[in-house]
Amino acid sequence: MPKKVNEFQILNADDTELMRISREGTLSLNLNEMQTIQSHFATLQRNPTDVELETIAQTWSEHCVHKTFKSIILYSEEGKETEQIDGLFPTYIQRATEVIDKPWCVSVFSDNAGIIEFDEEYNLVFKVETHNHPSAIEPYGGAGTGIGGVIRDSLGTGLGAKPILNTDVFCFGLPDTPYEKLPKGTLHPKRVFKGVVAGVRDYGNRMGIPTANGAILFDTRYTANPLVFCGNVGLVPRDRCDKSVEPGDLIVAVGGRTGRDGIHGATFSSAELDDTSENLGSVVQIGNPIMEKKIVDALLQARDQNLYRSITDCGAGGFSSAVGEMGEDTGAEVHLERVPLKYEGLAPWEIWLSEAQERMVLAVPPENQQELMEICEAEMVEATVLGSFTDTHRLQVFYESALVADLDMQFLHKGLPQQVKKATWQPPQHQEMPSRDSQTENYTEDLYRLLASPNIASKESVIRQYDHEVQGGIVIKPLVGIQNDGPSDACVATPIIGSEKAVIIANGINPKYSDVDAYISAASAIDEALRNIIAVGGTLEKTALLDNFCWGNPDKPDRLGPLVRAAKACYDIATAYGTPFISGKDSLYNEYRDTTTGEQRAIPSTLLISAICVMPNIRNAVTMDVKSPGNLIYVVGNTYAELGGSHYFGIHNFIGNTAPAVRPDEGKLTMEKLSCAINRGLVRSCHDCSEGGIGVAAAEMAFSGGYGMSLNLNKVPTGEEIPFDDFLLFSETNSRFLVEIEPKHQDAFENQMTRVPIGCLGTVTETSDFTINGLTGKHFVETTIGTLKSAWQTPLHS
Amino acid sequence: MKPKVLILRTAGTNCDAETDVAFQLAGAETDLVHIQNLISGKTNLSDYQILAIPGGFSYGDDIAAGILLAVEMKHKLRKALEQFVADNKLIIGICNGFQVLVRTGLLPGTENSSPAITQRATLAMNTSAKFECRWVELNTQQSPCVFTKGIKPHLYLPVAHAEGRFTAPPDVIEKLKVNNQIVFRYGRTQQSSPNKTEYPHNPNGSDADIAGICDTTGRIFGLMPHPERFLTKYNHPRWTREDLPEEGDGLAIFKNAVNYAKANFS
Repeated sequence: MPKKVNEFQILNADDTELMRISREGTLSLNLNEMQTIQSHFATLQRNPTDVELETIAQTWSEHCVHKTFKSIILYSEEGKETEQIDGLFPTYIQRATEVIDKPWCVSVFSDNAGIIEFDEEYNLVFKVETHNHPSAIEPYGGAGTGIGGVIRDSLGTGLGAKPILNTDVFCFGLPDTPYEKLPKGTLHPKRVFKGVVAGVRDYGNRMGIPTANGAILFDTRYTANPLVFCGNVGLVPRDRCDKSVEPGDLIVAVGGRTGRDGIHGATFSSAELDDTSENLGSVVQIGNPIMEKKIVDALLQARDQNLYRSITDCGAGGFSSAVGEMGEDTGAEVHLERVPLKYEGLAPWEIWLSEAQERMVLAVPPENQQELMEICEAEMVEATVLGSFTDTHRLQVFYESALVADLDMQFLHKGLPQQVKKATWQPPQHQEMPSRDSQTENYTEDLYRLLASPNIASKESVIRQYDHEVQGGIVIKPLVGIQNDGPSDACVATPIIGSEKAVIIANGINPKYSDVDAYISAASAIDEALRNIIAVGGTLEKTALLDNFCWGNPDKPDRLGPLVRAAKACYDIATAYGTPFISGKDSLYNEYRDTTTGEQRAIPSTLLISAICVMPNIRNAVTMDVKSPGNLIYVVGNTYAELGGSHYFGIHNFIGNTAPAVRPDEGKLTMEKLSCAINRGLVRSCHDCSEGGIGVAAAEMAFSGGYGMSLNLNKVPTGEEIPFDDFLLFSETNSRFLVEIEPKHQDAFENQMTRVPIGCLGTVTETSDFTINGLTGKHFVETTIGTLKSAWQTPLHS
Repeated sequence: MKPKVLILRTAGTNCDAETDVAFQLAGAETDLVHIQNLISGKTNLSDYQILAIPGGFSYGDDIAAGILLAVEMKHKLRKALEQFVADNKLIIGICNGFQVLVRTGLLPGTENSSPAITQRATLAMNTSAKFECRWVELNTQQSPCVFTKGIKPHLYLPVAHAEGRFTAPPDVIEKLKVNNQIVFRYGRTQQSSPNKTEYPHNPNGSDADIAGICDTTGRIFGLMPHPERFLTKYNHPRWTREDLPEEGDGLAIFKNAVNYAKANFS
């Protein structure tokens, strides 16, 4: 052995010693896994080298292999028999896609991103990743490398997709958190907010990829564990979607040099954070967007000349994961001393595991080596042959001609013991909030407060820092309306300039509802993402979904129970709407532990649903800003008294118990019919009803369009009797929209919407007055669009 | 014969594809050429009639926006560039390309005929101190610029930059005014008052609301707004609410260049 390689003494270790080795090496392996490794090496009659044990730890990490989603779960609910679930992922996510069985799904769950058909020439790829733990410790670098990583996912899908659009969703602690309330060792939410936005901005803008969709949410429970979701859409020729590896192909690393940055990122992100995590500086990677741009420039040329057979990115686990995965069915031989280093002094296992950014690994037939090297040289990108794929079914790693790892691919990829986990769920009981109708005659102030609450308030100051125009294809922008500052429901992009075929990207996320029930929260996230697609002119028929779960520690049954419920909702609602999942990711262990007080806190159970829809022609797209005085305002879809987890209850410090259910039979009909109406040109503007209900949606439409409204709640169609003005106005029932209809299309629209509950609430007015009459006819919202807009714009202005 | 456009690329260039489409729509033949190929002699600048330096973050805009590419051009391509200018050919720099042209000294240029390589103005950090992406109104000025000949008096284009504040010593600004080298100014109305247009209509705080300038011949043109991002009406942020012509405001700039090249070099 070269002197930089050590053995881990596990053969004779007892359980305590095994766990010490796992903990002190940041391996994040549990006892069962350590024992499995121990017995494997016992049959080989030797100890593993550090290179070997680290490789196994990376490959088996929650981050890389998603073992919670594959484990057996014993799920119990009060009063019900315990249910055994053989893997959340196969049972609820993958099976939903199989049942829905859309012919336009090209590749699901197998490659680095999901692939769907776009037009005769191209397919689209879409992936959303999280970069939570790094962003908690180093917001700028963590978020930048988050976006950098997901861009490489697109580039590593099929034979490489051109990145065409970024989407970002962030969850932070409250910006006005007092410093003395900060958990020990954590950064202030404002600092995290600023750093994350700057990181995404500088990476995305430099790469020349428009950041055109996103969301920012705030909750005090995200203070120690902020969430950073980064997504990327790519465009790939239809004949460049399959990859393969042949024995004899060269393993070529392309891009940045390898350093000590990001070592143990995969295992680090598979553990909880505590107040000492800030000392783990080396687990956060360092980004260089221009390097990544050069790689994209070089590799897309090499792809078009067919110079390589397979490609993947070096993400979590570095070369160990990339080469290990590519060579799973063949075998691979790697020579670590050939890896170009940023600086000397790295031990072989560090080279092998480093998560240094901007590196891709290719499988290159030897006859193409020369040509590939020439392209890389012309684009000023380093490319290095590290070894070759073999037919040994072994992963063999050399350092200065000594064999430092020799692992059976079968054991590495299939040896992980399936876990059995317990999950429990009990419906929580929160205090109910009564209607405030008897206490007040005027809800104007409530409407201001809702518009000014940080989750609803304008994100313009952030959005403008992102280049959402580069590549020249964003046709429905994140900001719309008469002054280009209204909140668009979704973005629409034309990936090919001059073509009118478009892709719509939208998202849905409702962690507040998971305080009532994670099932409802997940179902609502799907409904919301789909509403946003429909609202700009998309169709359910051509929409696919991505799921990104961010949860607390899944080893705790009360954290896992809600995860089970969310996964069940994913199956139920996706199959009901006929919208398949094509890719997804989970980030678990989003918990913080104060090592001195022992205090433990988890994030709210958070599911982000991202939706992608292919739109035949952008000419049919609509935006949410009202267009002309005299037009009619309709609400589409029944309202129920569903204010549990709503923003209205929230501003009055209640949670409640009746969160908005999804009724897919009603919802599907509503969305299909409305989509037809929009595509027939009957709708001038459309906005989904979500946070803050009809009140907020109407206000946003009015001030974005620059006209007032005069509305009456008497005509709101309801699914149950709702005798309260505030509940009608602020309920967050799913599957509802507000639309603006020209009087000349009134009959056609009403006929189109047959069997869907609709109600004409009033009109768009010439003046800036904004009034809503309650059930008794008494004015209870009376203001101007200028005041409303100012309430909405002020909080996050700078 | 179609005029030939060389669209210059280097590490960090990222508006090359849409600039390419813009020139093709305008009727040109285009090549995307990495600067390494010009330096090595693989590609000859003299084979082209128009040089376009697109937007992006050349070399990461390390040190300052556009500076590294400008230095490279000044020192490694000086002869070829001087010849290109002497042959009365056209150069356009958009956003990062404008920053490059200013840092090479090609803009605003000198008043005598030999090309200048002394920097006389700069594009500094926006007064808002951050990168901003927004649409702005532009006023077309009286100028010899061949790219804006006969163009509409008001254009609407997006800007997306952090370092776009055009600034120069008062005498340089004065010369630009006297020589009619100011091609576009930010703002909604024709400039009559001496006061600067207010933020965000002047999005970066540029002196004299300058959004774009040309050299005294009108054949070298640089601007911060992105005409290649407004080629069809669907690029416009309000196409769902306004009645707009099918063609976007930006295309005319590329058409003018192509027509000039057709008339003068064929």
